[in-house]
Amino acid sequence: MSDNLAKVSRHLSFLRARERWKPAEIVFWLALVGVYFAFPTSLVFASQILITGLFALSLDMILGYAGIVTLGHAAFFGIGAYAAGLMAAHGWHEPLSGLLVAGLVAGIAGYLSSFLLSRGGDLTRLMITLGIGLLLFEVANSATKYTGGVDGLQGVEIGKLFGVFGFDLYGKTAYVYVLIIAFLLFAFTRSMMHSPYGLALRSIRENQTRALAIGIPISACLTNIYTIAAAIAGIAGALLTQTTQFVGIDVLSFQRSADLLIMLIIGGTATLYGGFVGAAVFLLAQDRLSNLNPQYWQFFLGILLIVMTLYLRSGMLGGLSRLADLFRHWRNKERS
Amino acid sequence: MHSFLGILFDGLAYGALLFVISVGLSITLGLMGFNNLAHGVFAMAGGYLLVTLMSKAGIGFLPALPIVFCVVALGSLVLERTLYRPLYKSTPLNQVLLTVGIIFIATAGANYIWGSGQQPVVIPGWLSGQYAVLGLDLSRYRLFLMAIVAVITFALVFGLERTRFGAKIRASVDNQRTAEAMGIRVERVFQLTFALGSGLAGLGGALGVDVLGLDPNFAIKYLVYFLLVVVVGGPGSVFGTLLAALLLGVADIAGKYYVPQLGAFIIYAAMIILLLLFPHGLLGRRKAK
Repeated sequence: MSDNLAKVSRHLSFLRARERWKPAEIVFWLALVGVYFAFPTSLVFASQILITGLFALSLDMILGYAGIVTLGHAAFFGIGAYAAGLMAAHGWHEPLSGLLVAGLVAGIAGYLSSFLLSRGGDLTRLMITLGIGLLLFEVANSATKYTGGVDGLQGVEIGKLFGVFGFDLYGKTAYVYVLIIAFLLFAFTRSMMHSPYGLALRSIRENQTRALAIGIPISACLTNIYTIAAAIAGIAGALLTQTTQFVGIDVLSFQRSADLLIMLIIGGTATLYGGFVGAAVFLLAQDRLSNLNPQYWQFFLGILLIVMTLYLRSGMLGGLSRLADLFRHWRNKERS
Repeated sequence: MHSFLGILFDGLAYGALLFVISVGLSITLGLMGFNNLAHGVFAMAGGYLLVTLMSKAGIGFLPALPIVFCVVALGSLVLERTLYRPLYKSTPLNQVLLTVGIIFIATAGANYIWGSGQQPVVIPGWLSGQYAVLGLDLSRYRLFLMAIVAVITFALVFGLERTRFGAKIRASVDNQRTAEAMGIRVERVFQLTFALGSGLAGLGGALGVDVLGLDPNFAIKYLVYFLLVVVVGGPGSVFGTLLAALLLGVADIAGKYYVPQLGAFIIYAAMIILLLLFPHGLLGRRKAK
């Protein structure tokens, strides 16, 4: 009996240990606060990285945790971006409610489209997500009256945050704003992924049949996570709109979905931080390399993708943790 | 009425071209379940090869076609050996990433070598111009396309239904494990099918320079079309692919003619609806599991 109890508490302590904030995580977020003071001239770029990282986090929820491969996640980013942009362009300038509405609209879109994903295999899902993304792009492209088409949505004006902090040219307010929203959403996602619900999602990814056998409601779980991920993607899109005060049609493009997927893979899936790390590495490298020549960038990206899929499947964070494991293993050996 | 028949004709020719390019993808997808998004790269390679052979080496249009087929088929074998094979049993995500990587490299490479503009192709004199049939102006080149596709379809169906190799392919698509147990070397079958399919894609790309155009973004621009043809037709089914390709060709041309402001909207909407109605394809071979 006590043996059994000990076993249970050991499992519990494993779960509790997973849940605890690790020093590395605290350092990560403190470093992001530090960026504000260390690089005051490139805060605009830094907030773009954060926004993209948040967007990648939302993809991680459905791809890394639930295992749905999607090529059209930019659809929700774009819906959020346009929702926030249209509100601001039509006279509602308060930013926080803009975020809320954008998240809501994208979440509803995610909820509705999640039912389209319940049928067919991986390839069918891939095609449907791709199709929805391309469809929305075409809609935004042809509805020039509302979206401005390829010229982008002009006249987006964002009011002061809490009526006090105006968005300045150097992106100071924007960075703090994005950082706080990103952290709150991250903390929310983190606690969700460490809850039994997160474990249920993982088990769906690992083995659908067995997940069903132990009583996990698969389609309900997938609908939930897809909706939440869409809402977070929408909020990320709205953040981009509000901090740049502009909506370009590329928020909906296939390139954005594909780039996002690549960032997440570079960083590592199902790690929560993979999206942020991948976004930072990707955008910094893109910034440097495509200044030389855009074709070099694309070529390099192609090579990187092939090498990663063949040799480094768990991404950068996965690679790092494997190195750490090796190191620990080696140290244990030394000791004994 | 005339314009309707004209559209039908153009749409069928367009669909025929889509068929030649996609049929290889259909069989390899049905056979190995490999999510190959880079199939358009072989078509693009075929197009560039044709243009280069004709302008640099001075080879005629017709003799260049078999060369294109063979070179692309051989090239695809090398790729299959080095890149595709390690990922047969891997997750769809890895396959998607690998093939997206191949698309990026091909796009950047084509951009670097041939520049970003459209590539011109000179169609021989006897193929350009039109026949007037019953008051309709039928482009000779499009008629030629349809004739080629008819020949290819016939050869494929004959090969699949009547030859020993075709029987092996069908057996492997239906049930890979049992086929292996019966002594069929599925990997070898796949390899040959892959080369054949890529060669056909190269041929289709070469034939399509005049109709689809050719620029470095070819593989991405038409990716959706190829996948759509395959998924709607049902992976592994030649007739399904043909039907889907012709339907799609006509729908796309008609949509662009009658409601140009909607652009590509129709094709994507049609794709989603068709996929929801027929998740296994129009004439998909349902796998015995």
